[in-house]
Amino acid sequence: MTVLRHTRGLKVEIAKPVRRRSLLLAVLKSWEFLLLTLLAAGAVASTSASPYFLDVWNLSDATFNFTEKAIVALPMALLIIAREIDISVAGIMALASLVMGLGAQAGAAWWLVALLGLTAGLLCGMLNGALVTMFRVPAIVATIGTMSLFRGVGYATLGDQVIKSYPPGFEAFGQGYVAGPLSIEFAIFLGLAVLFGVVLHRTVVGRRIYAIGSNPEVARFSGIAISRYRFVLFSVVGLAAGLASVCLTSRLGSTRPSIAVGWELEIITMVVLGGVSILGGVGSILGVVLAALLMGLVTFGLGLLNVPGIVMQIVVGSLLVVVIAIPALLARLGLIMKALP
Amino acid sequence: MTPPLIELSGITKAFAGVRALVDGTLELNEGEVTALIGENGAGKSTLVKILTGIFPPDSGTIRLAGDAVTIGSTVNAERLGITAVHQEAVVFDDLSVAENIFVSNRPRGRFGMVDWPKMRRQARGLLAELEVDLDPNLPLRSLSIAQKHLVQIARALSRKARLVIMDEPTAALSHREAEDILRIIERLKYEGHAVLFISHKFEDVMRVADRYAVFRDGATVGTGRVAETNTSELIRLMVGRPVDQIFPKIDVPFSEEMLRVEGFCHPTEFDDVSFSVRGGEILGVYGLVGAGRSEVMKAVFGVTRPSAGRVFVKGQAIMIGGPADAIAAGIVYVPEDRQNQGAAVKQSILDNISLPNLSRLSTAGFVNRGRERTVADALTRRLEVRMSHLYQPVEDLSGGNQQKVVIAKWLATEPKILILDEPTKGIDVGSKAAVHRFVAELVGQGLAVVMISSELPEVLGMADRIMVMAQGRVRHTFTRAQATPEAVVRAATDA
Amino acid sequence: MKAAVPLPVPPHPAVASLRRWLDGRDVALAALNLVLLFAVALKFPDFLAPRNMADILDDTAILFLMALAEMLVILTGAIDLSVAANLALTGVSVALVNAAHPGLGVAPIIAMALVMGAALGAGNAVLICKLGLPSIVVTLGTLAIYRGCIFLLTGGAWVNSNQMSDAFLNFIRVSFLGLTTLTWIAILGIAAAGLFLRFSVAGRNLYVIGGNRLAATYAGIDPGRTQALAFLISGAVSGLCGYFWVSRFAVAYVEVAQGFELQVIAACVIGGVSIAGGLGTVPGVVLGALFLGIIKNALPLIGVSPFWQMAIAGTVITLAVVINARSEGRAQGRRILQENTA
Repeated sequence: MTVLRHTRGLKVEIAKPVRRRSLLLAVLKSWEFLLLTLLAAGAVASTSASPYFLDVWNLSDATFNFTEKAIVALPMALLIIAREIDISVAGIMALASLVMGLGAQAGAAWWLVALLGLTAGLLCGMLNGALVTMFRVPAIVATIGTMSLFRGVGYATLGDQVIKSYPPGFEAFGQGYVAGPLSIEFAIFLGLAVLFGVVLHRTVVGRRIYAIGSNPEVARFSGIAISRYRFVLFSVVGLAAGLASVCLTSRLGSTRPSIAVGWELEIITMVVLGGVSILGGVGSILGVVLAALLMGLVTFGLGLLNVPGIVMQIVVGSLLVVVIAIPALLARLGLIMKALP
Repeated sequence: MTPPLIELSGITKAFAGVRALVDGTLELNEGEVTALIGENGAGKSTLVKILTGIFPPDSGTIRLAGDAVTIGSTVNAERLGITAVHQEAVVFDDLSVAENIFVSNRPRGRFGMVDWPKMRRQARGLLAELEVDLDPNLPLRSLSIAQKHLVQIARALSRKARLVIMDEPTAALSHREAEDILRIIERLKYEGHAVLFISHKFEDVMRVADRYAVFRDGATVGTGRVAETNTSELIRLMVGRPVDQIFPKIDVPFSEEMLRVEGFCHPTEFDDVSFSVRGGEILGVYGLVGAGRSEVMKAVFGVTRPSAGRVFVKGQAIMIGGPADAIAAGIVYVPEDRQNQGAAVKQSILDNISLPNLSRLSTAGFVNRGRERTVADALTRRLEVRMSHLYQPVEDLSGGNQQKVVIAKWLATEPKILILDEPTKGIDVGSKAAVHRFVAELVGQGLAVVMISSELPEVLGMADRIMVMAQGRVRHTFTRAQATPEAVVRAATDA
Repeated sequence: MKAAVPLPVPPHPAVASLRRWLDGRDVALAALNLVLLFAVALKFPDFLAPRNMADILDDTAILFLMALAEMLVILTGAIDLSVAANLALTGVSVALVNAAHPGLGVAPIIAMALVMGAALGAGNAVLICKLGLPSIVVTLGTLAIYRGCIFLLTGGAWVNSNQMSDAFLNFIRVSFLGLTTLTWIAILGIAAAGLFLRFSVAGRNLYVIGGNRLAATYAGIDPGRTQALAFLISGAVSGLCGYFWVSRFAVAYVEVAQGFELQVIAACVIGGVSIAGGLGTVPGVVLGALFLGIIKNALPLIGVSPFWQMAIAGTVITLAVVINARSEGRAQGRRILQENTA
């Protein structure tokens, strides 16, 4: 229904066509549904390739290779929705692992070691936050710098050595199970997914994060303390990296400076693949969870085929590029894909 | 009889449902200065953008020296000899003056290499022609706005322009600097260029322009020789319709003083600004572009910090460290820039309306969706927002309805003082009237309203008192009885 | 008649010329480098010996070239994190070619390195300049893709020095006037970069689009094409340096130059190149790279393990960006109030 009024000398208004909102249609057109379809397709393909795929214990084993990254991807999604980015997360994991190793060597108990890891991660995140909010350094450069600073401290301290002795009880984080095939790591991830999902989609904090990413100027004019939110987000990402490092170090049972090398790429890919726009303001936790599962499936499958890690990087890199290119390509072709939140 | 250099006839242009130009007609001759006059939103800058090739007209013809042409692109416009000096200086701060002048046509020497000495020499030459003493090596960042304008003019000259368009060149300048610009315009005229001079300052127009064209609501409503007219006549053409027919003015009893601002100062933007507003009162703030009105209000709202000054709400002094403090005190601000500062256009109507009010719409940090919807529903109905549903992205709405959403979002916070910055800029007449009706309703309920506007009829029709600002200072405050169009405009242009 | 607002006093012509080539920051950086040299020389006087200086230059030559190439990209307001992966992939490829056809000579190898590097750079250019995707994310992806491709080529195997022809290895080592070919190429590269950025329209346009992209379009300059050129040159230089690297270290494998992109960016940032684009000088970048080179060569002398390099690079980058951010804080707000001098 378009109404055109012609009155000479006056500005006219053309009413927009009215469209009824169809919930079903919206769901089907959403990015999350696409991911779900891909995941289902992947699962079907894997099952037909090998009947052992659907074995619960195999699936549980498969989760280990992506859970730690996914733990970091959750707060990273919030950060990217707020129009920031942190590429130092892998460096934070390395530094946290180092701190834990030194603590273990000094004889700390398992819970203190874990606490050290978390604290290290939090402090690193706070440094990033301070650089971006107080010193007004653009996040990209700030985290390129801290990325090498954090990991560099690891190299400077350990060189090419390895710390292998951790207190008993520590291995539970990365190697323990809550009940049956449900690992502690995966349970932590699921719990955090629920937590971040609720925060982002149901609370005032989440709404403000979307606002900051969608239009920082409007957010500022609406009285939102943007700097404070950014600082907290960077800190939480750091904390999550610390937690992921606790799980990873505990799973490997060792620390070396090259731990988690290249993980920032995979974590960011998980977030972007999950439908979070790199430009901010768009994305959902469900999408990130599905993307994490999808990437886990792909890398697990490739691992079974004995594809070396470095070649898997090609897949991840290509995935990242393709995912961010699709909207631009479609826009160019004159189609606009609207993914509803 | 030589044909005019540029002749525009029947130019139309519409954007997403709003007709910016309905019948643009203009004649520009060489060796002549033509003044283009009209209110904000009358279609002047759209016309300029069409002339400079930024976008094409929807219909109409453009003739260059008698032959019909299609301008097509900014590069082509320059090739045809059409250049513009924009209001917001389109310059490169980190490059030198010389390089800014020659940014699209650097002089080349051997092997096609950029010839810097030649560039500097030619720059000096151009600046000397304009009788401006400026070192071509200076980085542009170190120059004042006036000097940046001069550089843009020099650039226009370097492009061998036949038509030089100047968009509000003296808007943000001091008397002395404006003098320089006007002198240069006269010089351009004598050298045979055609000059299109867009300005609100009637004093300047009467001084340098040979002919005039008045725009109103997207069409040319009057042209003629400047010598055969006067300021009052121009104002009459500009404003057009009789004022009292459009704006509903209901007499509302004034209550206590809601907002008082004392001695607001800023190092570069405004000085010693004081005013007060009572409940039920509309304070109009009129001034030309660049008078500093938005800057003052942004400082009151806490977006920027004044260097001195105090704010009182209901007699109580309050500290404003940021917008959150202002909002808490009951002051809200609807910005001029709707798309970038008023509404997050990609987000839904519901999200936008809730944003400043989230703490009130939530329990223990969790957003209460039911309450949110109820509030948004009530407000959109009250403001008669034309939309499909609350979850629609704001960018789908027309300009007028977008503005209603922005006002709605602030009303949800139950403010005491509403500061509106150009609330009806660029929106259609129907929505304009609705906004005005609504503002009248709000003051009827006891709100104090400060309304910044560059539209004379709006200010004269709506305001109980009119504060006129120029160059960062308050010139005069008129009561409703004292305010005549002439007096107000005179106060605003009297530098 | 003079302009209304008082003007800054123009400096003496000789000083003005000098100021055009070096700004205050570059002078400070040069001084810093000298201080560093002399500080080391206090303990180890041989550090300043010509032979050692030549070694430092040879060691830093690749960094000079890569940092200048990266600067071109950063000037336009983008960033290229894939330069080291490009270097590695091209380097390994030419090494493989050389191993398969030892009699081919150096010229075709160099040509191939340039072309392949440019092609990899073009990959970035299409995504970033044509599709408008954010450069940080795109180059994070291409970084992984390019490096992964090395494995596809070699299967994890190494190309060793005994598989490389003499010509392949010796080209960059030939000494001329006390400096190696590689050093001379770097010097040529520095001169070329200086000329390009100062005297060519394309070079000047990099500053223009980095400074104000919209105004550039109004001035008739195409930001996409200009930026694409920067990525192409950056790619070509990375490719060329790929050959230099594998030849200099006489080995080619997957982890060649792993993490080198950090050094490259550090050199730029220390040299005063603004990440926002539009600001940066050749002397600055050269001095920044030299700074890192001196530190790297001084570390073993002082007894600090090379494992400290990453931490130092990280600290230096972090400090440099904070300093840059402070000096870049530009005053906002329109100047509405004017001095009403009669």
